[in-house]
Parts: sequence; structure tokens; C-alpha cells
Amino acid sequence: MTNLLAGISPLVLARWQFGVTTVFHFLFVPLTIGLAFLVAVLQTAFYKTKKPEYDRLARFYGKLFLVNFAIGVVTGIVQEFQFGMAWSHYSTFVGNIFGAPLAIEALLAFFMESTFIGLWIFGRDRLSPRLHLASIWLVSLGTTLSAAFIIAANSWMQHPVGYKIDQATGQAVMTNFWAVMSNSTFISAYLHVLTAALATGATFLLGIAAWHLKKKNDTSAFAKAAAIGVVVLLLSTLATMFMGDNQARLMTQQQPMKMAAAEALYNSENGASFSLLTIGNLSGDPVFQIRVPHALSVMATGQWNGKVAGINELQAADVAKYGPGNYKPMLWVTYWSFRLMIGFGMLMLLLGVLGIWLLWRGKLPTSRRYLTFATWMIGAPFLANSFGWIFTEVGRQPWIVYGLMFTAKGVSPVGTGYFATSLIGFTVLYGVLAIVEISLMFTLARRGTAELIESDDTPDDEQAERPFALIY
Amino acid sequence: MTSALTLATAGPSGLAIFWFALIGVLWVGYFLLEGFDFGVGVLYPFLGRDDLDKRMMINAIGPTWDGNEVWLLTAGGATFAAFPLWYATVFSGFYLALFLILVALIARGMAFEFRGKRDSARWRFWWDTAIVVGSFLPALLWGVAFANFLHGVPIAANGTWVGGFFQLVKPYALLGGLTTLSLFTLHGAAFLGLRTTGDLRERSRSIAMKLAIPTLVITFGFFLWTYLDAVHRHHSGLVPPFLPILALLALAAVGWLVRERLEGWAFTATAFTIVGWTATMFLALYPRVLVSSIAPRFDLTIANSASQHYTLMAMTIIALIFTPFVLAYQAWSYWVFRQRIRRPGEEIAPEGVETPSVPASTDG
Repeated sequence: MTNLLAGISPLVLARWQFGVTTVFHFLFVPLTIGLAFLVAVLQTAFYKTKKPEYDRLARFYGKLFLVNFAIGVVTGIVQEFQFGMAWSHYSTFVGNIFGAPLAIEALLAFFMESTFIGLWIFGRDRLSPRLHLASIWLVSLGTTLSAAFIIAANSWMQHPVGYKIDQATGQAVMTNFWAVMSNSTFISAYLHVLTAALATGATFLLGIAAWHLKKKNDTSAFAKAAAIGVVVLLLSTLATMFMGDNQARLMTQQQPMKMAAAEALYNSENGASFSLLTIGNLSGDPVFQIRVPHALSVMATGQWNGKVAGINELQAADVAKYGPGNYKPMLWVTYWSFRLMIGFGMLMLLLGVLGIWLLWRGKLPTSRRYLTFATWMIGAPFLANSFGWIFTEVGRQPWIVYGLMFTAKGVSPVGTGYFATSLIGFTVLYGVLAIVEISLMFTLARRGTAELIESDDTPDDEQAERPFALIY
Repeated sequence: MTSALTLATAGPSGLAIFWFALIGVLWVGYFLLEGFDFGVGVLYPFLGRDDLDKRMMINAIGPTWDGNEVWLLTAGGATFAAFPLWYATVFSGFYLALFLILVALIARGMAFEFRGKRDSARWRFWWDTAIVVGSFLPALLWGVAFANFLHGVPIAANGTWVGGFFQLVKPYALLGGLTTLSLFTLHGAAFLGLRTTGDLRERSRSIAMKLAIPTLVITFGFFLWTYLDAVHRHHSGLVPPFLPILALLALAAVGWLVRERLEGWAFTATAFTIVGWTATMFLALYPRVLVSSIAPRFDLTIANSASQHYTLMAMTIIALIFTPFVLAYQAWSYWVFRQRIRRPGEEIAPEGVETPSVPASTDG
């Protein structure tokens, strides 16, 4: 073991572990946020209209939601523990500020979602329909609040505000809680993540409905699901892009190196163009590129001829400000993850636009080519979400807290062997979970609503004492 | 991060003491609630004779286990925010132990949700294994960890760790682990006696009666060792030991209460013992948060590891506003699911004198 690990630093292993566990966790989180909301909408539609189709949809998607929710919850525990386990110097340095949103997240959001998810799963026959409906809305609120606090914490790492460095301890300490919670980076990133989560849920809703529509299963219900999915998808994708655009300008001001790294722009330029793709390397000497004139300047500054600072200029400025060192993130990662995020987002926009057009023409449930496209697109939001996070986290490097602490300084003084053990352990465990989860999702998604059509809803006699049904 | 110990000379602020106590309360809540979840998981292979038994056991904790686990997350978050150095030192120092606990909690949580989703014996076998191992390991390891906090871990200045994982494995710590394991298992048996009917309820009672005396002996041994150690080190937090004595008295009554079919009281007694055990650990620690086995001057204390006043104040305001709501809706969810789990098809027994109504009032 020791020989095998010679030359591998704990830092590299700790970073891989954080990357693997976080990307994995965030595969499930946006779907939980988006689907909690959409299931709540479906259940509300049933509550208001009493149409049995909405009930079937709420139950069917509710079941898929629960499979996804469970894995999001258990992988979330790792996230909270990991800061202390693998990044203890970071934790000591930022605890005064970073710890607060995490604690508040647990108190406000985790208790709410975990308690009301229990009430929602087991309370169908024990609560009044109104309270049962309120439970899923509170789950949805809980997931939304949870995202708010964790992104407030992350935004502080991207753009620290409301703090000072304590001279005695060297720790960053909080001076203004409201500044932390109203950080411009936070507001922008939160809305971007929230709308992306909604788009993820909508693509999932639409994609599975499309599969069943193509098979002509329960078309009365799935046509409704597809319609809701298309409308929510279009609106949320547009909102995600709007917020992403807003974030790009903030990033240009707050983390100019990240913007330059997104394009691998070496020399500062006015009216800079944006390359859609590059063949060859990213060292400023490409073999082939497709470039959109002025697009980078518009994205970064909002002006046709705005100045975008290049990597060379920023590197020199950072050396002057922080001392000698390499302040460039891994360019091939930032360059490609940025394009893949936007690319998959654009595909989702296309899915939404085509879908709205078909819906308007009344052809949404029958257009076979579109339905096939929609089913294949289920994977797109997950890829877009992952590449987005990879871009924003890798783009912040070499900083763990931008301008205040290097990632290399934050890692725990824990041996390479321990890190290797947990990295391998988590990777294997998560790999198994992924296989189990995906196969279960497929099975349940294919099963559709057939079993729900027979079981017609019993009238609401909440007074009657029924035996506790075995749910699990 | 020059030296966090420069603050050590000053005593802890009232607000820092309040947060130490609050974190103690969060651990009390966690052990009290997830304690019986773990116990149900440990007893799972012994009490679950067939698939229906097993499903009844999982369903008994089904609506609430996830909410119970949030007490741990809140304790972790509160420690991060209020005592960053304590959080960082403990979590990095207990790296492998926490890794095992995480794997256990992940496997167990997935098992509850996934076990019933496929009709296959092999599928259920693997999830059953996850439930048992995933309950056993944390029940044991939390005790090992808390015993180590108190008995001392190899830390030098600023919580710098100077020892390995296997230094955490020592007789006192193992006894601590056995204590939590046996207490949680007994607590789980008392819980099942209260929440199930028929055969499963009778088997839970009989196993609780068998476990009561060994658990008492182990817990007594652990308290005695802890007490003598405190006296030996001239640490007065536990002297006189009122709380351990009360906890032991409650524990001594469990076997009798179960035999007399006072199941609500039996559960109350195991709950009280767990509250007493956890509170004893925090009282014995005070005013330290993590004891150094190298020298007392390296101890992490409330004073030298707390966050600054501003953070503690902001957190206090938020906690005071929102905690009542959390307690109210969690208590309400226990009230909603207060009914016993019946075996499907089982005759509904006439409600006798032993109808329990205690759980809603003992959920912390």
C-alpha cells in the first residue's frame, strides 16, 4: 500500500474524494428539489380538481421521488462530515462563518424535510388530504431552504464578505451575518441552482411521460404530465440561462481569472469572441476553432466591446497581490466543463421550445420523434448540473476561499493511507449505489401507473381507525 | 492560524457555555431517538422470524428514523459553527471511525427505503445485512468515540493530532462502546415492546428481560471507571455522581417494568438512562471539550475552541426562534404514528388496560 501510494499527496486524494462524493451527491439533489415541487403541484391538482389522473401521476412520480430522495439524504451526511474529516485546517479557519449556514440548514431545512417526508409516506391514510398535501409542500420548502444555506456557504468561498481576520487566532470571523446571507454571489448562484433544479425535475417528468406515451400507456395521465413538464421546462431553462448570464458578469468582477479560464483567454481583449469548441490544445495556439465574435465580451461585461482580462495579465496581477505562485486553474477542465454545461442547457432549451410548439399544435402526446428525443434527454440536466459545479469549483483553484486561503493549506494532516482507504471505500460504495439506484429507477419508471388504476381512491373517512399499513 | 491557545487563559463566555450545553442536548436527543432505531436494527436478526416480522420492525421506525438522524447532523453543524477547532480536531482525528460510521449510516438508510422495492429473496438478504451491520457499527462506535473524548486522545498544541487510529482502541473506550451498544439495544427492545403487537411484542419483552441485567452490569462498570478516573485526575465535574446513580436506578428497574407489562414506563426508563449517560459524559468533560492524553495544557476547552461572540449570538437568536417549531412538529409526527403496528391479518385484540400512550411524551 505504501509503495503504491508513493508520490501521491494527501491533498490530491482529498480533492478527488471531495469531487467524487460531491458530484455524486449533486446528481440526486437537483432532482429532489425539482421533483418535490412537481409532485406537490400534481397532488395539488388532484386536490383541487379531483381528477384521478393527477392522483395517479402524484403517486407514480412520488415513488420515483422517494427512491431519489433517500440516496440524496444519505450521501448528504458525508458532505457535512467531510469538511472536518478531510479539510480540518479549512474548517478551523472558516468555522466562525461557514459553520453557521450549515448548522442553520440542519435546524431549518433537514428537520423539516425528514419529518414531513415521513408524514407524507406513512400518513396517506392517517392524515386528512389537506394535511397530507401540506406535508409534501413542506418537504418541497425544506429542500429549497436546504439549497439556500449550502449555497450561501459555498458563495462565501467564492466571494468572501462580512468577515475579518482575527489577529490572535488567524481565523476568519464573522462581522455581519446579513452580508453573508445577502452576498450578491449567493443570490445569483442560488437562483441559478434553483431554476436548474426545476428544469431537472421537469425534464425527468417529461422524459418518463414521453416513454409511456410512446408505448400508449395511460395516455390520459401522461399527456398531462408531459404538458406540465414542457411548460415548466421552458420557463425554468430560460430562467436558468438568465441567472447564469447574471452570474457571468458577477464572476468577471469577483473572480476574473475564472472567466478568463472559461475561455482559456490568454491576452486581454476588447470585444472578445467566444469559441464554441477548440481542436488542438488550449495553450493559445489552436488547430481549429469556431468563434462567435464579441460573445465573450457581451457575456462577461454586458457590452459589445467590453474588456475581458486575459490569463497572463491576471496571473501577473495576482503575483503582485498575493506573492509568487501559479494562480491559473486547470484550463482544459474549466474550458470544456463551461461549454458542456451551456451545451446541455441549450439542448434542454431546444427540448422546451419544440415541446411548447407541439403542445400548442396539440401534437405533443403523439409526435413519436419528439417523444423519443425527450426520453433520451433525461440525462442532459444531470450532465449540465455536474459540469456547472465542476466548472465553478475547479475555476476557483488554487483557492479554497478566494483570495484568503489556498486549497493546499486547508487539507487535514491525515495520512495518505487513510485518505486512500476512504476514497476507494466511498467510490466503490457509491458505484454500487448508483447501479442499484438506476436499475430500481428503470424498473419503477417502466412499471408506470398500471397498478394505480385498479386501486380506486377510497373516500376520505379519516375518522375511522385503520390499522397501521406496512409501507416499507 | 498562529495559536488558538492564546485565548486559553480567559475563561469561557456564558454564550460559549450555552452552546456547549446545547450541543450536549443535541447529542442527548440523537442518542435518545436514534438509539432505539439502532436497537431495532441490532435486534433485527434475533426478533425477525419471518419477512412480516422484519417489515413490522422497519415500519415501527419507518416514519421517524430520518428525522431522528437529523439530530446528528444538527449536532455536527452546531459544533462546526460554535467550536470550529473541536469539530476540526475530532472529525479529522477520528477519521477512520467516522468513515465507518458514514458507510454504516449510508447502507442502513438506503436499506429502509429500498428493501421492499423488489420482490427477491437475495435483494432482501443484502439489505437486511445492511440494516444489521449499519445499526451495530454506529451503536458501538459512538460509545468508543465519546469515551475517547473524555479519557484523552493524543493531541498536542492547537489540537494537532500526534497518534494513529489504533490509539483510540483501548479498554476504557471499548467498554464505552459496549455501553452504548447494550443501552441502545435494550432501548430498541423496549421500543418494540411498546410499538408492536402479538408474537413480536412478546419476543421483544422477553429479550428485553434477558438484556436488562447484562446492560446494567456493563453500564455500572463504565460509570465506575469514569468516576474513579475523574477522582484520580482531581476533576470535579462528576463529583458527587448524582446523575449516574439516577441513570443506574432507572436502568435497574427496566427488567421489572417489562415483566410487569408496564411497557410505557420501561421505555421511559431506558430513555432516561440514555439521557443520563449522555449528560454524564458532557458534565464530565466540562469545561473541556476534548481531553489530551499527552498533557492537560493541550486539552481543547470551551474557552479555547469556541467561535467568537458575534457568530454565537447570531446562532443563538436563530436557534431560539426556530427550535420550538422543530420540537413541535417532530413531537406531532410521533403523535400521528403512535398506534401499534399490527401484523396484517392478525385479530385485533380488545384494547386492554395496557394500552400505551407514552411515546408522544418521551420523544425529547
